[in-house]
Amino acid sequence: MTILDQVLGDFFWRALIGGLGVALVAGPLGCFVVWRRLAYFGDTLAHSALLGVALGFLFQAPVNLSIALTCVGLAICLVLLARSRALATDTLLGILAHSTLAIGLVALSFMPDVRVDLTGYLFGDLLAMSRQDLAWIYGGAIVVLALLFWLWQGLLMSTIHEELARVEGVPVERLRLVLMLMFSLVIAVAMKIVGVLLITALLIIPAATARRLARSPEHMVLIAMVIGMIAVAGGLAMSWHFNSPAGPSVVVSAFLMFTLTYGLIRQQQQ
Amino acid sequence: MSETLATLNAVTVTFNNTPVVENVHLTISRGDIITIIGPNGAGKTTLIKAITGIQPITAGSLWRKPGLSIGYVPQRLQLQPTLPLTIRRFMALTGASSGACRSALAQTGIEPLYDASVHRLSGGEMQRLLIARALVRQPDLLVLDEPAQGVDINGQAALYELIRSLRDSLNCGVLMISHDLHLVMAATDKVICLNQHICCSGYPEDISHDPAFIEVFGQPVAESLAIYHHHHNHSHDLHGDVVQGQSPHHIHGEECRHDHP
Repeated sequence: MTILDQVLGDFFWRALIGGLGVALVAGPLGCFVVWRRLAYFGDTLAHSALLGVALGFLFQAPVNLSIALTCVGLAICLVLLARSRALATDTLLGILAHSTLAIGLVALSFMPDVRVDLTGYLFGDLLAMSRQDLAWIYGGAIVVLALLFWLWQGLLMSTIHEELARVEGVPVERLRLVLMLMFSLVIAVAMKIVGVLLITALLIIPAATARRLARSPEHMVLIAMVIGMIAVAGGLAMSWHFNSPAGPSVVVSAFLMFTLTYGLIRQQQQ
Repeated sequence: MSETLATLNAVTVTFNNTPVVENVHLTISRGDIITIIGPNGAGKTTLIKAITGIQPITAGSLWRKPGLSIGYVPQRLQLQPTLPLTIRRFMALTGASSGACRSALAQTGIEPLYDASVHRLSGGEMQRLLIARALVRQPDLLVLDEPAQGVDINGQAALYELIRSLRDSLNCGVLMISHDLHLVMAATDKVICLNQHICCSGYPEDISHDPAFIEVFGQPVAESLAIYHHHHNHSHDLHGDVVQGQSPHHIHGEECRHDHP
């Protein structure tokens, strides 16, 4: 107990433990982002997180909770709007991504009593991880991983071919909704690590790197988890040595791994 | 009387108030091979999607046997190249045992590719994989959307033969869409000519004489099909010209049911 207390008492260890927890869920969800081409969708949800922050302050609700709820609301809006087909999905995403971000920024500026570290929300504030944040991260991670494990076959089948899945009795719509709820939850907890603007990177880069090394969907998920964890550890080490901002450093180290594997595989093929 | 699998009663499907499928009546029974033909945009795919339950119907009624299990072979399977997938894994997602998966793949002739990546398959191999995947689920009804596309001409005949033998071994109903009119005519029990509504339907040898069929496909197509069914009523010389008089009265095979002109 004392060892755990000591570890959790150190901001660096808290940052590392929290970061690893986020990488653990970002791996599998990132794979779904890559498989289902949801990169822009994830980005939009992440941008809306800032609106969630503003709403949290407005209603004096826990920030994590209000971010998650805002993301869920936006995700449902997106599904409904996309169904009406009035606008192309990417246009719709572009409008909502930047509008929600802008509304969030404007709303925050109207709250003179609230002193917000905007850079922290936009680019992450990994080193300011509190014990409460850790509880959120690991609580969210357990929920998401349990759901993924339970619904895995159906999620995978509806990702491979939606119509085939539907004929085979997979509840495609319900699973899509569950997947969106999971994204919202992960964005709410991952924001602490890399911030609104870089969350998508933490989802996509490890998964895209894993694609080149994996032979099966499950294999890809496991590799993405490991790569994400190495990226977090590497980014923190970078931040420690060079005094660079922690969130962007994590993304940079993930990107370095991506380029490295890409180069190695190219070399092997030649 | 074989068991009825599905019944469509005045089924209509509209997109944005434009009817795509209109007032279709159809009954599918176990053992049937029904082929839907028709021009592009005739609503063929929409109709079979309605039967599989993917596409909600706007009007009319659709009855399916309770617990009906459908094996569906979609028109195009575009797999995300970002998702690593082997045939083994793709088949295992049906929940069938690996033995059953392997024997289904053997039936469609691609068992040697068991451990191959699905992204490396040719068009014909992909069709065979999809059929294997549909049949491993032991369906009551096999629904195929242009199963022979991307398959070479020899493969096409073999594919339709395979579908026929599957009907016999699974004792299922078969509903398919096809553009390969000549092959369809040879391999099917009942043809439905769809152009939003059902223009005509019946036995293959009757339908090519139907005025509605001629209207949809044009005289040349109808004639070429009629010739196909009567290919034994004349001979060709080496130049391909028809030689009259050598066999003035054609001889019917045992299966022939058509009337003489």
